[in-house]
Amino acid sequence: MEFNILGIGVLTWLVFLPVLGMLLVLLIPGNNKNAIRWTALGITALQLVLAVIVTCLFDRSAAGVNDPQSFQFIEQFRWIAVESVPWIGKIEILYFLGIDGLSILMVLLTAIISVIGVISSWNIEKMVKGYFVLYLLLVTGMMGVFVALDFFLFFIFWEVMLLPMYFLIGIWGGPRREYAAIKFFIYTFFGGVLMLLVMLGLYFSVAYTNEAGEMVHTFNLLHMMNSANFVEGSIFYGLDTTWRYIAWVALFVSFAIKVPLFPFHTWLPDAHVEAPTPISVILAGVLLKLGTYGMLRILYPILPDGTVYFMYLMAFLGMISIIYGALCAMAQDDFKKLIAYSSISHMGIVMLGMASLTNQGTVGAVLQMFNHGTITAMLFLTVGVLYDRTHKRGLYDFGGIANQMPKYTGIAMVALFASLGLPGLSGFVSEFFSFLGAFDAFRWITIISVIGIVLTAAYVLWTIQRVFLGEGKEEHNSLADLTGRELVMFVPLLLIVIFLGVYPGPAIELMNTSISTLVEFVGLAGK
Amino acid sequence: MAEHIIDSIFLFLPEITLTLTLVAAVLADLVLKERNRMVAWVVFAGLLVTGVFVLRQCGLNESIFSDMIAVDPFSVFFKGLLTIAGLFIVLFSVVSKELEQNGRRIGEYYMLLTGVLLGMFLMAGATNVLMMYLAFELTSISSYVLSGFTKNLRKSAEASMKYIIYGSVSSGFLLYGLTLLIGITGSTDIYGIRDALQSSVGHDAVLYLSVMMILVGFSYKITVLPFHFWAPDVYEGAPTPITTFLATASKIAGFALLMRFFRISFVDGGITDFAGYEGIIAVIPWNIIVAILATLTMVGANLMALWQDNIKRLLAYSSISHAGFILMGLVLLNDEGMAAMMVYLAIYLVMNMGAFFIAMIISDRLHTERISDYQGLGRSSPFLGVSMAIFLVALAGFPPTAGFIAKIFIFGAVIHAGWIWLVVVAGFSTVISLFYYIRVVKNMFLSEPPDSMKPIETSRGVMAVVIMLLIPVFVFGIWFSPLLSWARDAVVLFGL
Repeated sequence: MEFNILGIGVLTWLVFLPVLGMLLVLLIPGNNKNAIRWTALGITALQLVLAVIVTCLFDRSAAGVNDPQSFQFIEQFRWIAVESVPWIGKIEILYFLGIDGLSILMVLLTAIISVIGVISSWNIEKMVKGYFVLYLLLVTGMMGVFVALDFFLFFIFWEVMLLPMYFLIGIWGGPRREYAAIKFFIYTFFGGVLMLLVMLGLYFSVAYTNEAGEMVHTFNLLHMMNSANFVEGSIFYGLDTTWRYIAWVALFVSFAIKVPLFPFHTWLPDAHVEAPTPISVILAGVLLKLGTYGMLRILYPILPDGTVYFMYLMAFLGMISIIYGALCAMAQDDFKKLIAYSSISHMGIVMLGMASLTNQGTVGAVLQMFNHGTITAMLFLTVGVLYDRTHKRGLYDFGGIANQMPKYTGIAMVALFASLGLPGLSGFVSEFFSFLGAFDAFRWITIISVIGIVLTAAYVLWTIQRVFLGEGKEEHNSLADLTGRELVMFVPLLLIVIFLGVYPGPAIELMNTSISTLVEFVGLAGK
Repeated sequence: MAEHIIDSIFLFLPEITLTLTLVAAVLADLVLKERNRMVAWVVFAGLLVTGVFVLRQCGLNESIFSDMIAVDPFSVFFKGLLTIAGLFIVLFSVVSKELEQNGRRIGEYYMLLTGVLLGMFLMAGATNVLMMYLAFELTSISSYVLSGFTKNLRKSAEASMKYIIYGSVSSGFLLYGLTLLIGITGSTDIYGIRDALQSSVGHDAVLYLSVMMILVGFSYKITVLPFHFWAPDVYEGAPTPITTFLATASKIAGFALLMRFFRISFVDGGITDFAGYEGIIAVIPWNIIVAILATLTMVGANLMALWQDNIKRLLAYSSISHAGFILMGLVLLNDEGMAAMMVYLAIYLVMNMGAFFIAMIISDRLHTERISDYQGLGRSSPFLGVSMAIFLVALAGFPPTAGFIAKIFIFGAVIHAGWIWLVVVAGFSTVISLFYYIRVVKNMFLSEPPDSMKPIETSRGVMAVVIMLLIPVFVFGIWFSPLLSWARDAVVLFGL
């Protein structure tokens, strides 16, 4: 499948459209705030249109994963090529983009969340130009990670996201923003260094023979997935070696920090609480998925032996995250912090589903990634709406909001119930599949994990009771209901949540082929 | 013989041009009106001509003046870097208010600058131990004077004094070590030393002592822990253009000398069949010692940098830590490590210069070098703030800047050679280094500017210099194949 615009592939457009927008924004004078906002909106909307087109054209029967032929919208050319000299072979780095069932949903999610983030950034008044420049750069980084098929390229996009995020939290955030920003930055940078080391190790271990018969070391992820390409005697050669396990752990940690999985989660509550609403939305909606996506794209197929070996560890950490996140969420009296901890809990479900290495579990996990992205984005927007009006976030500061803001309450209820896993809303389907798959693989861990659902129900219902029901507070008597702009950002997410709850088929079909290929591949290669 | 000398002279044109530039600077200072500016442009022109002659030496691989100096791709690469450094330093000096206000005899300043550069050129090419020492001293002594050039300022005078004392000690070590080596091997050129070590000379205590002393002598020059003590004080006290010169060019020349000397004298090519691996001639495992020094430098300098509040001191520690990263390449004993070092040095040159240059502009205008005074600077003067942030982020090694490419190649070479523990230490030091680089960025952007802060006006010239430094930082971050090819082609030392 190919789709070109002006001779340039659609994926390149998807990734670099925001950069184009960034340059446009830079040209607009800083005091023309509305022009800047509309430019950013236009660019992200255009990106969304492209993403939707790509989704429509996407061939659901093509597997991808480790087979270059069945990847779609491939763009591949040599980016860096250095001719060989006697003491070392050729250096080759590819500009290699493509999508398969693992990434298609994430690409769509990124595009959706980016547009909604721009809409919810409308009332940011401080240094608007700088804000949108960084925002668009961030979008490029996220989109790039989801479509890159060369480890080097993947890593560059991965790191490019860090700085904009640091500034977005650090400049536009709440009172403790500097602390939160640096904590986020250091954690992820640490993970990045681990990834860099493993990446270099893999580079020197993997070589393929090109048409001219030369051995070429490569960062191409697909070549790394083929165990025949590992050079004998190199550091990661063989199966089930100590070095491979070490590499697995290092990579796992670098991704787990992003997820974030217990015990690497401590940056998340701080970052969420201090970040401005749109950045929280991006953070929860897309950034957390990068971790689990990275595991599926890189960790699983390249080091399948480690994946099988450490399967129980992953499931165990997933379980702890589910329970611990839910318990922490219950103890919060800050609405935003509550959602932050609930994110940890829900990403734990993704981890548990993935760890099972079964088809249902992994499908559930990827679907949960998408659903959690949309649901949590809604939840953070919900908090943002209240905060904009009252400058308060405490759960005990409110009460009886349902009387003042009926439309708002309706939407918030849907989001909260979806988060709780109410059948008929999207969260249920994906959680169900994840647990189903996991139950096959590890009985007791899953049984304990399911307690997390009960805890989730408890804190969600308690939140509804505290914030939306009961006696209204006097100072909140004159709260205005949702404005048109706010409805625009809520309604699309609402529709997705309800649609995928009733009829998840289309989303599952998009990824099913790829995921069964991946699960089969990991199972075969790792055992 | 006469023919050899004449041939040699033609291959010595860059150095001769530099000498003529030096003379021209002195004359211009005597003759021309408005001499402060004019002398600078005379030197600038001289350096440009030198650069052309350096370029014309590309591809040569000769030894001149009876094995005194090598004109090989390796030395041409370094001479090219040094010329670029020299050109920028002249530009920095023209802009610097510190020099304008405190330096009375500016003609001498440029003369000395050219002199240092000449010494560095010789360091890059020297293949004879005596020549090496002479070049080393020519560089050092001129540097002592330059770092104390604004002698009315107390800190500058202090810096110069400290530099002289530490510098003399290091020269002493180096000279002693070299003397012992000559005594043992009976040869003054490095090829002879290698031959002697390979065949007849026993590996006794005197040899160890000599290698150690040479290593210590070099360590002072390239600021390797624990021989770095002079650097922060000197860097802080010296006029900023000279600090930049010491932190970049001086280090580059030091590394060039060190690499050539150790590579030719103490490394044995072809000891094993395993491609790319080479053994050590002298029994003392000096590469393990170098690995330990590199570790100490990376970790120590990065930790010490965390507590600095003076931007020049911070950049000093940062440049020390970079020396540690670069030194890793020498441990590997192979061409890949050398190429990675050269890539690193080239990139280090531009990004470090950029950071120092902006620090200089800020300190000229705001009269402060304290990082805590940088608050809100990124908002009041966005151009300088953003550029500084980019240089610092490049120094920390973030993609898509060139700093990342530098890191990835040295890390890659180390991993390839199997020194996993070393690269893990380097990785952790990178994480530590992020703290202090980002602290500057944080002060510039995350804090509100105080009401008293006015935007710093930047002239077109200043902007042009900054942009000239920004371009390679980005271009080599995204499209680095030419840099890699140059470095790979340049790892050709005469006599290997």
